[in-house]
Amino acid sequence: MSNHNEDHEKYEKLAEVMQAHKEQKGALMPVLQEAQGIFGCVPMDVQKIIAEGMGVTLSEVYGVATFYSQFSLEPKGEFVCGVCMGTACYVKGAQKVLDKLCEELTINVGQTTEDRRFTIQGTRCLGACGLAPVMMINDDVYGRLTPDEIPTIIAKYKVS
Amino acid sequence: MDLFRAHVLVCAGTGCSSSGSLELIKRFEEQIESSGLDKEVKVIRTGCFGLCEAGPVVIVYPEGTFYSRIRLEDVDEIVAEHLLKGRIVQHLVYKEKADDEEDHVTLEEIDFYRTQKRLALRNCGVIDPENIDEAIAFDGYMALAKALNEMTREEVIDEVLKSGLRGRGGGGFPTGLKWKFTYNSVSDQKYVACNADEGDPGAFMDRSILEGDPHALIEAMAIAGYAIGATEGYVYVRAEYPIAVKRLEIAIEQAHEYGLLGKGIMGTDFNFDLFIRLGAGAFVCGEETALMASIDGRRGEPRPRPPFPAVKGLFDKPTMLNNVETYANIPQIILKGADWFSSIGTEKSTGTKVFALGGKINNTGLVEVPMGTPLREIIYQIGGGIPNGKKFKAVQTGGPSGGCIPADLLDVSIEYDTLIEIGSMMGSGGMIVMDEDNCMVDIARFFLDFTVDESCGKCAPCRIGTKRMLEILERIVEGKGEEDDIDKLETLARNIKETALCGLGQTAPNPVLSTLRYFRDEYEAHIKEKRCPAHHCQKLLNYEITDKCRGCTACAKVCPVHAITGSVKEIHKIDILTCIKCGACMEKCRFGAIVKN
Repeated sequence: MSNHNEDHEKYEKLAEVMQAHKEQKGALMPVLQEAQGIFGCVPMDVQKIIAEGMGVTLSEVYGVATFYSQFSLEPKGEFVCGVCMGTACYVKGAQKVLDKLCEELTINVGQTTEDRRFTIQGTRCLGACGLAPVMMINDDVYGRLTPDEIPTIIAKYKVS
Repeated sequence: MDLFRAHVLVCAGTGCSSSGSLELIKRFEEQIESSGLDKEVKVIRTGCFGLCEAGPVVIVYPEGTFYSRIRLEDVDEIVAEHLLKGRIVQHLVYKEKADDEEDHVTLEEIDFYRTQKRLALRNCGVIDPENIDEAIAFDGYMALAKALNEMTREEVIDEVLKSGLRGRGGGGFPTGLKWKFTYNSVSDQKYVACNADEGDPGAFMDRSILEGDPHALIEAMAIAGYAIGATEGYVYVRAEYPIAVKRLEIAIEQAHEYGLLGKGIMGTDFNFDLFIRLGAGAFVCGEETALMASIDGRRGEPRPRPPFPAVKGLFDKPTMLNNVETYANIPQIILKGADWFSSIGTEKSTGTKVFALGGKINNTGLVEVPMGTPLREIIYQIGGGIPNGKKFKAVQTGGPSGGCIPADLLDVSIEYDTLIEIGSMMGSGGMIVMDEDNCMVDIARFFLDFTVDESCGKCAPCRIGTKRMLEILERIVEGKGEEDDIDKLETLARNIKETALCGLGQTAPNPVLSTLRYFRDEYEAHIKEKRCPAHHCQKLLNYEITDKCRGCTACAKVCPVHAITGSVKEIHKIDILTCIKCGACMEKCRFGAIVKN
């Protein structure tokens, strides 16, 4: 029952967001961004509500939601591990860090572990090139990484 | 206002924040208070100092002592020694080299800063970006006041034209002309827009300006609005820059409170408002028509030009779009004049340029130098050269649209036109240094992988052509390259350059063309000899055990395919046919007995 209530609250929040952006030019992107903040992703049923509420076609909403890499149609893991794949990190060995992470969590880039705890992403340049190679786990930043540090770092999140 | 005898400046840019500078600020404040110094010493959170390599960075004034790589426990020592007793903590002071005997104490005395000229970054690392009073104390909004009260709209545009300022986002289009074109367009509504969708990997100058001096951007956009006749401005920022977005939001709010944005600015009849729009992770949105489509809430796909944005841009109205660094130069051009600005730099590239130095270089960070500075000076003097005694191989400028510049062209001076001549481009200012361990074919593959992923798919040359190029490059680095692959790459590159719709597609082949131009021998070694000269491409390597082997069996235990054989205390052997070239044995070996060939 509590789950149901929680969902209800989220949809109410979405309605408020759409109301707040109603008069704004080009409001679809900000609404999708806030919707992703509320639901963690923008699945089809959320897109349908946005299409109706904003008075645009579902194909337009879907088009925008799938065009930008920030929007996800499926929920991500509790911990999103993003290894920076910018040039500075790449020339300093980010690929090896990413490979090690995939090996450690036994999933590929873009996938989520079965227990929905970890998602691996290769992210665009985070602009912390002075710390290359860099990895972020949610908001925590790990810099000047070597592949053999990965197991210890991941272990911290596994217990938490 | 309270007067403080000392100021502690702590860098809170993204680089230093990531290594804990925000905790340092808290600790400083606690320690200063518990030592009873809170009426005498003030802690200031600033934007990026530039020398990210040394982060987290702390500077203590009035001495200007430059402390680097400060940890939480160092804070107590700085407070107890420096702030309380006035004794500089020598062992925490930045040293240029590990064996440095001299104690370089202040910023200006360090090689990294000595030849820099900071115009766009002038307030970064100097003021608290979240406090408008500090910006105003450093001439903030003076140029806006001058433009509104002493200059006509035409005079403002003339000044920008005369300064010779060119777009810092990469293309290098004369900024003044853009302003003039939009000024000439007749419409009931016009817009100014700012491209802060800094997508080039390895470039973070725009973010540092937003984080360190957001008021400079607000002021410049208001001046632009006055000049071209716009009352609204939009800043399109990458969502990946949360600190920059937050500081810009705070700055806009403060500017409103002070009557520097909104209706009747500074008592004149000029109205101007500024809005932030977040990107959502699409590189192509750095292209102007795509960016405007994205602000409009649509898919960020470019469209053919003309009509140019100066005629039909945001919401189909005339729009003037510049990037952050371009704007950051405007207030000083208005304040100090076009002649002052054009006296810096070279004839065709005036002023300065900010570069983000990264990769295999000692001093990673942000540098700002006059246009015309030779690459060698940036890499060896300011950047401090290549670490670990390795040899310089190439420097990449211009991101995925640029190219790799080899060692024998290091004396080329940095200007828009010279960089294009040698097959690269200015780009937004990323400068990634590579050493002998980096394979140039793999770097070309890396950039094509990026463009294929980021291609919006609207036009066929970019969508299909870059994919074909990537497939060929992947084949080459895996040792399956064919004799005519180089020809195929060149033909594809030429066709894509000539036929793609937007700048992203037209420049996508550049990383391949420039590496083919200067490092053709590496391509040939991969294709003909199935060999990677840089020993980087895993599939082309052979691992061998030398006679340094002590027979500890560690390598044999770690080998996932049991390709290593040998008894205890005897030299081991790798079976080349079974080996999958994962490199696990080499990492494990404590005696350096395993080599790649």
